[in-house]
Amino acid sequence: MKSLFKGIVWGLIAVLFFTTNGWGFGRKKVVRVGINAPITGDIPKVGEGTKYAARMWLEDIENAGGIEVGGKKYPVELVIEDNEAKAESAVKANTKMITEDEVLVIVGPQSSKQAVPAGDVANNYETPMITPWSTNPDSTKDRPFVFRGCFLDPFQGPVLANFITEEFGFTKTAVLYDVASDYPKGLAEFFKQSWEKIHGPGSVVAYESFTTKDTDFSSQLSKINKSGAQVLFTPQYYNEVALIVQQAHELGWTGPIVGSDSWGSAETVTLCGKDCYGLFFSSHYAAAGAQGATKEFIERYEKKYGYTPDDVAALTWDSLRLVQTAIENSGKLTGKIKKDRRAVRDALAKIKNFKGITGDMTFTEEGDPIKCAVIVRISDKGEYEFYKSVCPN
Amino acid sequence: MDLFLQNIVNGLQWGSFYALIALGYSMVYSILMLFNFAHGDVFMVGSYIGFGVATALLGLAAMSGIPLPGWFILILTIIFTMFITSFVGVFIERVGYRPLRDAPRASAAITGLMIGIILETGNLAILGARRLSFPQLIESTTYQFGGVYVTDKKILIVGVSLGLMFLLHRFIQKSKWGMAMRAMSFDFQAVPLMGISINRIAPLTFAIGSALAAAAGILYGLAYPVLDPYMGILLGWKAFVAAILGGRGSILGAALAGFLLGFIEIFVAWVFPSTLRDVIAYSIILLILTFRPHGFFGQAHSTQLRL
Repeated sequence: MKSLFKGIVWGLIAVLFFTTNGWGFGRKKVVRVGINAPITGDIPKVGEGTKYAARMWLEDIENAGGIEVGGKKYPVELVIEDNEAKAESAVKANTKMITEDEVLVIVGPQSSKQAVPAGDVANNYETPMITPWSTNPDSTKDRPFVFRGCFLDPFQGPVLANFITEEFGFTKTAVLYDVASDYPKGLAEFFKQSWEKIHGPGSVVAYESFTTKDTDFSSQLSKINKSGAQVLFTPQYYNEVALIVQQAHELGWTGPIVGSDSWGSAETVTLCGKDCYGLFFSSHYAAAGAQGATKEFIERYEKKYGYTPDDVAALTWDSLRLVQTAIENSGKLTGKIKKDRRAVRDALAKIKNFKGITGDMTFTEEGDPIKCAVIVRISDKGEYEFYKSVCPN
Repeated sequence: MDLFLQNIVNGLQWGSFYALIALGYSMVYSILMLFNFAHGDVFMVGSYIGFGVATALLGLAAMSGIPLPGWFILILTIIFTMFITSFVGVFIERVGYRPLRDAPRASAAITGLMIGIILETGNLAILGARRLSFPQLIESTTYQFGGVYVTDKKILIVGVSLGLMFLLHRFIQKSKWGMAMRAMSFDFQAVPLMGISINRIAPLTFAIGSALAAAAGILYGLAYPVLDPYMGILLGWKAFVAAILGGRGSILGAALAGFLLGFIEIFVAWVFPSTLRDVIAYSIILLILTFRPHGFFGQAHSTQLRL
């Protein structure tokens, strides 16, 4: 309720801002950036990180007196829409922002569940959209106007298989995943493929699954324990990670447990506690031990909002900076929204070696960045520590 | 062999929750002849109340500087939470079922569904979508017997569940109130003429059922420490299956069927691919019901219910 209330308040503020500003500067001269985020719904923490990162970015722009295009400075407005973590609401939010608010570019939605359908809308209306966190290939596939700020699931699979092989020298692995959810299911398959490519068929000694909302994994984990697996891979979300890891330990599992970027939420350690210390997962960035611009961002965010930003906030920040670079590079804003959108899209596609806080990025034809993954170790204090960087070759 | 024994242990723990929750369904059915579909959500509420009580007690212990041992806090938490949650049950009976006692069956049957939704969304509105982590009151130590791993939490969960079932059995068989409940379940029209009011027996039944669900909620919190407002739905449905399987209105049947359900789920996931667990598990139960339509201890005549 609180977050809903907050969402309404921010919506009103955005509307107020929009109308009052309209009188002062004239409608056509303002750059409007749409944010499509899950402010309420299942993953409110993700929406919060998105909103906070966007507000920090806007602050920077305002301090600079606006965004500079072709020697002229334009004020920027954020239009923040709540997608309630639902696919249909994300589509509605995108349609509204494109047709009514006339945004130049959209950042979001975050999860693939919303980004895949919402990307279709943006592409049909020829409005550039960049999803910071969606790792599903379909979000950007055959959509020239849709980009993303992170790597893809098919990349994460081999990264983790290689990492486990090199780091531990293991040859037998077990996988436990949710068969009813697209992200874990897809990633489990990619991981299995790459593992078998390295170690041959039969090297995945246990390939066990469960269904969303299950809480007892004792049967699957007992089986995994006896299978002779040396490591357990489980690409699950934070609430399940806590249960799986604790139950595995209670059933006598002593080997490492490895996860994917869905572990990256700040909630994982809160729910899992000491059981998760010392475990590894692949992610977009690591907060502890960060350097340079990344460190600056983290410190600023911590000071402002009181907690360490997770990967969503960092990726949103990078996406907004990408958008900013593209707008600045577009040469000239004509005020004709369709033309300007196309110019921004072209500028975005041309970006090379962008220095982001989550790594360097260059966009491919599909609008996916070529960037490195980070292997994170959960430290003995429960912090996400940078362990190793793995780049595509 | 190790794996077999390990899965017996796993099944005992998982079945305990079904059994404790199924008891509540069965008891209410034997008195009112309808199932309280909000019961799974009473379990959820119990778990959250347990969370609140445990957190408060831990805070109190820390503030007063008295180092209370975890097991002591756990016992207090179970007692307080069962007590508080029993009033939730009484409240549900009072506002949900009593006004509709003479209403058509269908109306009374859906009351529980509505109350369940109110409890879930009410919780969501008050506490938000964030998952809560149940405090770990006792350190979990793992013991190894041969190749079988048992934690003290597992022993505690199964022990407390069996203990509570035994107490319930004694209460129903030996106490005056228990006798009144049994009488009511035989004939709810004649017994009120003997001076036993249904307006007393029904709330008592709801109170006991809810207290058991609350105990299940706390034990569940210990074993699976991630709480969310919808945690009671699936577990509630499955426990309902157990209540039917045990024979409507049968206490012993509900308890046994609860454990059986736990075993079936665990063993199916062991023998078959785990993806097919619920498909196979519930096909087996369907098959059992085909041959024993009244469950294990149920009887064909609904007026002769056993408590």
